Amino acid sequence: MRERMGSWRRRHVLAGLLGSTAMLSAPAILRAAPSGKPVRVGGTLSLTGFLAQTAVIHKIASEIMVEEINSRDGFLGRPVEYVLLDDQSKPDVARSLYEKLITVDKVDLIQGPYATAPILAAMGVAQRYGKVIVQSSMGIPKLQTYDMAFPATPFGPEPDKSYPNVILDAMASLPAPPKNMVILTSKFPSAQFMAQGMKVEAEKRGVKVPLYLEYEAGNRDFGAIAARVKEANADFLWVGSLGLESNQILEALKKLEYTPKGSFHLYPAPGPLALSPDGNLAWSSTFLEPDEPFMSRPGVAKIAAAYKERATKANLPYPLIDAQAAGMVSEWQILEQGVNGAKSLDDKQIAAFLKKNVVNTIYGPLKFDGLYNHGAPAQLIRQVQNKEWKVVWPREFAAPGVKLLP
Amino acid sequence: MPSATLLGQALISGVLAGGMYGLLALGLSLSWGLLRLVNLSHFALAFLAAYLTYELGTTYHVAPWWSVLIIVPSMFAIGLAQHWVFVRFKVNELGSLLITFSFAVILEVGIQLYWTADYRRFETHYATWSIKAGPFYIPVLELILCLVAGVLAWGTWLWLRKTYVGKALRASAEDADIAAAYGVDHRKLAYLLSGIGAAYAGVAGTFIALIATLAPAQIWAWLGVVFAVVIIGRLGNPLGALAAGMLIGASESIAMAVFSPAWAPVVSFSVLIAILLWDPEWS
Repeated sequence: MRERMGSWRRRHVLAGLLGSTAMLSAPAILRAAPSGKPVRVGGTLSLTGFLAQTAVIHKIASEIMVEEINSRDGFLGRPVEYVLLDDQSKPDVARSLYEKLITVDKVDLIQGPYATAPILAAMGVAQRYGKVIVQSSMGIPKLQTYDMAFPATPFGPEPDKSYPNVILDAMASLPAPPKNMVILTSKFPSAQFMAQGMKVEAEKRGVKVPLYLEYEAGNRDFGAIAARVKEANADFLWVGSLGLESNQILEALKKLEYTPKGSFHLYPAPGPLALSPDGNLAWSSTFLEPDEPFMSRPGVAKIAAAYKERATKANLPYPLIDAQAAGMVSEWQILEQGVNGAKSLDDKQIAAFLKKNVVNTIYGPLKFDGLYNHGAPAQLIRQVQNKEWKVVWPREFAAPGVKLLP
Repeated sequence: MPSATLLGQALISGVLAGGMYGLLALGLSLSWGLLRLVNLSHFALAFLAAYLTYELGTTYHVAPWWSVLIIVPSMFAIGLAQHWVFVRFKVNELGSLLITFSFAVILEVGIQLYWTADYRRFETHYATWSIKAGPFYIPVLELILCLVAGVLAWGTWLWLRKTYVGKALRASAEDADIAAAYGVDHRKLAYLLSGIGAAYAGVAGTFIALIATLAPAQIWAWLGVVFAVVIIGRLGNPLGALAAGMLIGASESIAMAVFSPAWAPVVSFSVLIAILLWDPEWS
């Protein structure tokens, strides 16, 4: 009896073990892992040269997304392979490499490079070969005239008009709304484009611009510029900066014992500005921050965690996901939904699908039915509060308890 | 019309910014003028020193005035090694341009591999200190930089003019064969000068870490203006390099204050062309 009982127990324990193993491994079995010949997606990033500091962010985001897509169903059940080349931050190199990717490497699809000039170069090649190109960083949407080019970031078709008004709305909400502003901008094309728009829209709404200055990208000394900003002593400082230029400008102002009453920075290096003692309460542009309500969007928390892990490992000084990394995530999400939605790798069919359908991205639902294939703009304002970026405007995108501080 | 305060402040900023041009030009001017070697890697060495200052400061909390004690001898040693390559492969003036350009590119890639391409900023509490003099503000770090550049330029000028080694170096630059006939060992002196030039890059790098933004591609940001400074200041003339640096810095800054900041890059080359056409006695 005891023997039979022992045998019964063993059988049940074994059955239980087998059952548990089967249950644990079930998701992997049930999920149809992509198989067959990989779908090759080619693209370039500025892994070297003056844009390299941003390319590393896009590279990490791409690696995460390729793994993510392959952990699902790949493209049409086939694994995705990312063929990444270095365009050295040079549009002419980008042009040649896209030509090579399409004609020599014979990739199935292409993914856009980073920054307006390389994108324009790549777009010309894409147009010649009838390829869909998705990009996330063309700051001047009106230059995207190719009908199979799609923006992954919700700039909207006229950010030089829409975004200044978001800033002006936020300014108007302050207890003492600024009556005038100094506009200081890099001559980097997308920054200059936004600065000119800011000047026009500010004057339209009665905010005077007593000083408008442009400096060369890569300007080394901000001493004289700071002296002019101080002398103008406006209620608000709008800076069309790139990278650490914002830190340099604020430091140069501090050396003159001058702190602007309020300041906005277009494309700053997010970490250094947030951590700088001069950056407190600075405003900047964004589309997403690792905070609510964005983290509640499906899959965002997982991607943000993976990004933080890899960016920390890659020794990036600001390892948090933000609009920059999210742009590349969105590019892959658009391509994935475009291919699987069209059920084809044919570029024309993918483009037709994208134009007719809403695509869910890390930025929320995106449409491509407007001017230059853009949907509605979704620019937000973030502000440095206690050394962290917080989305503060429009109010509905601010996390609970967070508000724009004067 | 800009106010007198604005012009005065712009002049101060420009002269102090010119101190950095002069400091960077110092080593380059010496190697080009006295060794006939155009060392493009000078900028990469300065940035390597800047990154080392940043690393020592942020990771090991070593103050820059202590890290300079490690960095400058290291750069001197790199300068010696670099010169060994020049001697070993019998590199001439044009060849040095190509070899040092390659060396600079390799260093840029190395810096990018270790520190990534992301912007780095060595934040210090004293970065924004200023002295108030009437209506003007004098940034302390830039002032120290200028004083250091002045001491190095003046010391090097005296060394070249007053000491046997300095005179021998100048004689070798004029005519190496005749100098050798008088017992000057040009080869040993060239090693010494190479080391000193690289050490000056180390000093410049320490200040770059404190006042500028670090990114590997920034290595090339100073190239054009510093070359203009070296030529305006006359090759191999340390005081000329410093004076030219300050002239260019002040001109750029006044242009930013009076016209548009976007005019600044045009100024250095306009001054260079004007001086080359004018060809004054002192240049």
